[in-house]
Amino acid sequence: MIAFLQQNAFWIIAIVKILLLMFIVLTVNAYLTWFERKVVAHIQSRWGPHRVGPHGLLQPAADGLKFLFKEDPTPDGVDRFVYYLAPFLALALSLTALAVIPFAPHPLPFKILGENVYLWITNPDIGLLILFAITALSVYGVALAGWASNSKYSLLGGLRSSAQMISYELALTMSVVGVLLMANTFSLQSIIEQQANAKWGIGILGWNIIAWTHQGLFLPQIVGFICFFTSAIAETNRAPFDLPEAESELVAGFHTEYASFKFAMFFIAEYTAMITVSCLATILFFGGWLSPFPSTPVWHFTYFIPSIALIPFGLWVIYDGLKYETIFGKLILPAVGFAMFGLGAGLVALPAVNDFIQPIFWFTAKIFVFLFFYIWARGTLPRLRYDQLMNVGWKLLLPVSIANVIVTAGVIILRGYR
Amino acid sequence: MVPTQYYLILSAILFGLGAVAFVFKRNIITIFMSIELMLNAVNLAFVAFSQASGKVDGQVFVLFVIVVAAAEAAVGLGIIILIQRNRQSLNIEKVNLLKL
Amino acid sequence: MSPVLLIFFVLAALAVLGAVSLVLQKHPIHSALSLIVVMVCLAGLYLLMGAEFIAAVQIIVYGGAIMVLFIFVIMLLNAGEEEHTDFSKLAKFAGLPLALALTASLAALVIKPGQSVQGATQALIPKATEQISSMLFKEFVYPFELTSFLILVAIMGALVLAQREKK
Repeated sequence: MIAFLQQNAFWIIAIVKILLLMFIVLTVNAYLTWFERKVVAHIQSRWGPHRVGPHGLLQPAADGLKFLFKEDPTPDGVDRFVYYLAPFLALALSLTALAVIPFAPHPLPFKILGENVYLWITNPDIGLLILFAITALSVYGVALAGWASNSKYSLLGGLRSSAQMISYELALTMSVVGVLLMANTFSLQSIIEQQANAKWGIGILGWNIIAWTHQGLFLPQIVGFICFFTSAIAETNRAPFDLPEAESELVAGFHTEYASFKFAMFFIAEYTAMITVSCLATILFFGGWLSPFPSTPVWHFTYFIPSIALIPFGLWVIYDGLKYETIFGKLILPAVGFAMFGLGAGLVALPAVNDFIQPIFWFTAKIFVFLFFYIWARGTLPRLRYDQLMNVGWKLLLPVSIANVIVTAGVIILRGYR
Repeated sequence: MVPTQYYLILSAILFGLGAVAFVFKRNIITIFMSIELMLNAVNLAFVAFSQASGKVDGQVFVLFVIVVAAAEAAVGLGIIILIQRNRQSLNIEKVNLLKL
Repeated sequence: MSPVLLIFFVLAALAVLGAVSLVLQKHPIHSALSLIVVMVCLAGLYLLMGAEFIAAVQIIVYGGAIMVLFIFVIMLLNAGEEEHTDFSKLAKFAGLPLALALTASLAALVIKPGQSVQGATQALIPKATEQISSMLFKEFVYPFELTSFLILVAIMGALVLAQREKK
């Protein structure tokens, strides 16, 4: 048995990593919906979910149960194969995109079954191209769903959505070419490694948003980042670009005729796409897992920032839990708070774990900042009309990103960077 | 490793199937798609030869074939839209006379 | 059987099944979906051969743009299932055997080893992407610029052809 495990260690570790990642991503999706409803509600001066569990924390579980038990009607006259295929396709493609994202540079400090376990599923040389290929294929989920539903609103919504996604795919890809020119590789891990040689060793100056490297190259990719993030919001069909799927417009667009579990699959696909795009934005423009502080030994006190964040927050959650109204809240919230406090204290006590956790902490912190931007944009900005949307995509973002590529290439040639 | 002959036989099979679809189907769009299938079969042969010879010229040719196929698909589908508008049918047997 | 050979047979079988499904399906959307399956399997085969850039370009351009165009046109033109029509006598009796003969002759050309194809060197080409890009911009720069012109002509042609007539 042990010999069998050790022989096929590569495959077994890969499968375990895939299952673990899927589980983590699905949980993060569920609590992302909670986070979104809370933030949008507070922007709109109301509370959001606060009844189901303390502070509405069990709302995603309630939503999941609802999706499982709701009636699942299939409209008459649909093309059965395509109707059932579309949500599966959307979900499968969204989850596959996470396979190429690296979460930390070093493998785990212990070897499992004789193999080093890296914190990514795969690290191909063309990681970024694979991500773009999967983004290109995800148009099918939307287009086929709209067509297969045998309904006018769905067809129109699906065609509009997919036309929007194709248009913004161009701007998305072009806005990244500036980063690729500087990094000279498609591999996501190498792009992060190259943002580590910052001027004066100060981390944040090396990130591609400022890109002031100690070789003297100063090429801020701010325009590229703005184009990338705007195109990404349009690509994932989120507000303010969500005319094709807004409730007050085309009923619900391409997922009108989809009921409980199939609608949940589209929902999960959309949120997973949001997470993937946030990961890409941090990796390409904001240094991935790199800390904004210099990495000289003098600055090692910044390694305690996760603990400094966790310990007071844990104490505050305990305090809030003890004053909570329901008994359930009085039990759960202090437990959660105590766990956070324990984690923070444990990080202070075990410096080896603290060192290992640094890249992961910075990566997840940056991802959450971008997810907050997504939700903030949804709560604040009004919707763009469809022709305004297409004008922005073709007449504003695409020329600007092409100009960014030309300027970046010009600066690289003039300063003889490569 | 996989011998090059296997790739070439697969390419021949795909090309033959594309030819069969081209001859036997009646819908113009399906005929167009069989042309794309034949082009794909040829691309596979190109890449197989590129791997066998160790040079990269075959893959550059594949890039050009893909670009030309894209341009051809765009114009061809425009023509198909016009045919549908004028003859109200996508059956290729209705397109066999110059007169409407 | 090595894993590479196993993956090759799986992908090849899927590709042939997709192509057969393209021929046999009645609705053009199902044919289009089968063609997408074929293209993704071919991209997998390109990855197996070490042509990673071509695999990515195949999925992005062919699978993500050209086939989306096909699917849009099928949806917009509301193409229905094919009606059954009669073939001419020649097509009925000579069509399929001729197609099989074409395939068999192409395959027979390559089965004999050592004649035109050497099945010996099967190493993956190192740094294929860099070599492709340097070749594309040095030796093949003239066809490269011509293809950009070709795409411009295709865009204009498609725009002009699909315009509504001005009444």
